[in-house]
Amino acid sequence: MEHNLQNREVAVKLTGVKKMYKLGQIGGGTLHGDLESWWARIRGKEDPNTVIGTSQRLVGRTFMALNGIDLTIYQGEAVGIIGGNGAGKSTMLKLLSRVTAPTEGEIDIYGRIASMLEVGTGFHGELTGRENVYMNGAILGMTKAEIDAKMEDIIEFSEVRDFIDTPVKRYSSGMYVKLAFSVAAHLDSEIMIMDEVLAVGDMAFQKKCLTKMKDAAKKEGRTVLYVSHNMNTIRQLCDRCIVLSKGKVVYEGDVESSIAVYMDSEANDQVKMDFSDAVRPDWLYCQKVLLKKASFVDKESNIFGIREPVPIQLEWENLVDVKELCLRVEAISLEGNPVGTYTVYDFYQGKQGESGRAVVTLDTSALTEATYRLRFTFFIKDVMGNNLNIDWAEGLCFSKTSFDEEEKLVWDAVSWGYIHLPDPDVKVI
Amino acid sequence: MANSTKKYHTHISSRHNMLDLNLKEVWEYRDLIVLFTKRSFSLLYKQTILGPAWVFLNPLISSLVYAFVFGGIAGIATEGVPTLLFYLCSNAIWIFFSTCVTQNATAFTANAAVFGKVYFPRLTIPISNMISSVIQFFVQMLLVFAILVYYVIRGQVAPHWELWITIPLLLLHLGVLGLGVGIIISSLTTKYRDLAILVTFGVQLWMYVTPIVYPLSEIGSGLMKTVLLFNPVTAPTELIRYVILGQGAVMPGYMLLSAIETVAVMMIGVMIFNKVEKTFMDTV
Repeated sequence: MEHNLQNREVAVKLTGVKKMYKLGQIGGGTLHGDLESWWARIRGKEDPNTVIGTSQRLVGRTFMALNGIDLTIYQGEAVGIIGGNGAGKSTMLKLLSRVTAPTEGEIDIYGRIASMLEVGTGFHGELTGRENVYMNGAILGMTKAEIDAKMEDIIEFSEVRDFIDTPVKRYSSGMYVKLAFSVAAHLDSEIMIMDEVLAVGDMAFQKKCLTKMKDAAKKEGRTVLYVSHNMNTIRQLCDRCIVLSKGKVVYEGDVESSIAVYMDSEANDQVKMDFSDAVRPDWLYCQKVLLKKASFVDKESNIFGIREPVPIQLEWENLVDVKELCLRVEAISLEGNPVGTYTVYDFYQGKQGESGRAVVTLDTSALTEATYRLRFTFFIKDVMGNNLNIDWAEGLCFSKTSFDEEEKLVWDAVSWGYIHLPDPDVKVI
Repeated sequence: MANSTKKYHTHISSRHNMLDLNLKEVWEYRDLIVLFTKRSFSLLYKQTILGPAWVFLNPLISSLVYAFVFGGIAGIATEGVPTLLFYLCSNAIWIFFSTCVTQNATAFTANAAVFGKVYFPRLTIPISNMISSVIQFFVQMLLVFAILVYYVIRGQVAPHWELWITIPLLLLHLGVLGLGVGIIISSLTTKYRDLAILVTFGVQLWMYVTPIVYPLSEIGSGLMKTVLLFNPVTAPTELIRYVILGQGAVMPGYMLLSAIETVAVMMIGVMIFNKVEKTFMDTV
């Protein structure tokens, strides 16, 4: 199926596509500036709001979310789009689903597009499930007759038949998503675009959705474009991948080699990282310490032997008085899945403004030969006994190799996982 | 499959045509327009006791207020037309026009969540807003008609029945004008939110420079009259009242001026709309 790509019909073609975003505040007092620039342009005078000697507007800096994408996707392909955060994946899907227009370049789409950047677009809480199916279907481009014809299938697939005439504001979030997904899945489109919408619903429903997508591509000959951070679903669904990085296509090819390229780009070989200025996630609402540095002790590379302990020196600053500080170190595979977590309880206390230092030595003998990214989470027990995260940073990576020849077989982490459990005790009887 | 893909070829480019509205595509989404229109009515009076009765009560109450304040206290003459009937009719016209403006003024910002996730012709929203205004107008006209019949029987008003067929045309005229003004404002509010706030005041002010709470004949001459005559809503309003109530000014010259102004506003609206609809998600 993957041979003869050249002879197949093109479904989507992007030529030199660029998308520029303005950074910083948009609007808010720029009407005056806009009018001034416009008036100056009309009179053929120099724009008073530009950098002297250029035509660059001063208002806000710009950022290229996509920087020259050339891409051809053929009919009937299931293509996965992978890349780190900010690589431009979602921007590309937005352009393809015509939510926004490119700054430069051309896009040709042969066929109708069903885009699922979000499920349940246009759902209104006051309307019943059935009314919302009509509404949502029409927004996605179906006519009333088409929806009528598919109504039974949609209700059947959604598993919410009993509630179909109830306003959706009374639905559980799972029911809501199931109904919404099933509308999108029943579109008569030639091209389907999905942005991780499968990360919803229960496991059984997720599986059902993946199967539906697979059928769409394999049996019905539809083209599927799928963006996900979950490499397992990419493996299940796609037969080709595109790796984006910083707004450019860095690799195009079969799934496994693309994932390898992506994973390599996610890794780094630094032995020391500075987290002082790293952006903390939004959910971290009460930061009490600031992790500044993390480094491997007495190492010049981040490669460790299979039984070699991994000593990490951490340096942090106490933003307030802390006591009974605890630490979690999560090891994450480069596919983005957590592999295992180390915990340290109640190892430190200190006053506000003081710096703390500790060497944490990880026993990694259970981890197999691969590269892992580490995520450091400081937490304390609050009065209720719950964990309260007080700082979070990730990025330091280490690789394990079996240069001490202890590994007896080549470990297939994709199928077997990243943890090599201790050899069982076997008695032949 | 090969056939259908030839049928649906979309070309997206950074360039775009200023005056192309792509009405063919809007037509393909006609079911969506119907659904949007239906939704605006079914949502309007959900969880209210009186439900659809509000369609009548709303204009009736505000007309009573106008009749009391302008007809009763201020004592503005209504060209011999019974006061309540005059205000009901004028009010129906103004509600029609002003909802066209105000609903469309927020078309982009109010639907940003949907627009940000899926593509459909953006024009479907303004069009369905206009259709719901038309329906609302005709529902209000039922009320006007009932009272009109009462006064006709008593011989107090003499409508120009033969001209009633022009009402849809006059409505289209006002509707397009309102749509044009509305989409200009909505296109600009994606970037400058202040305009949305100004619209509320602007529409109110506009009502007072339109012969709604008074007939044009009550205005003598001078600056006020000039402002009124150049206001594109004046001539059609007077004409509609002439047709329905039998009293009003027929001004072919100003009607033409109003038509020219409407076309100009609509063209500007379409141009700005076309420019904004492609990328407004980045600025909204």
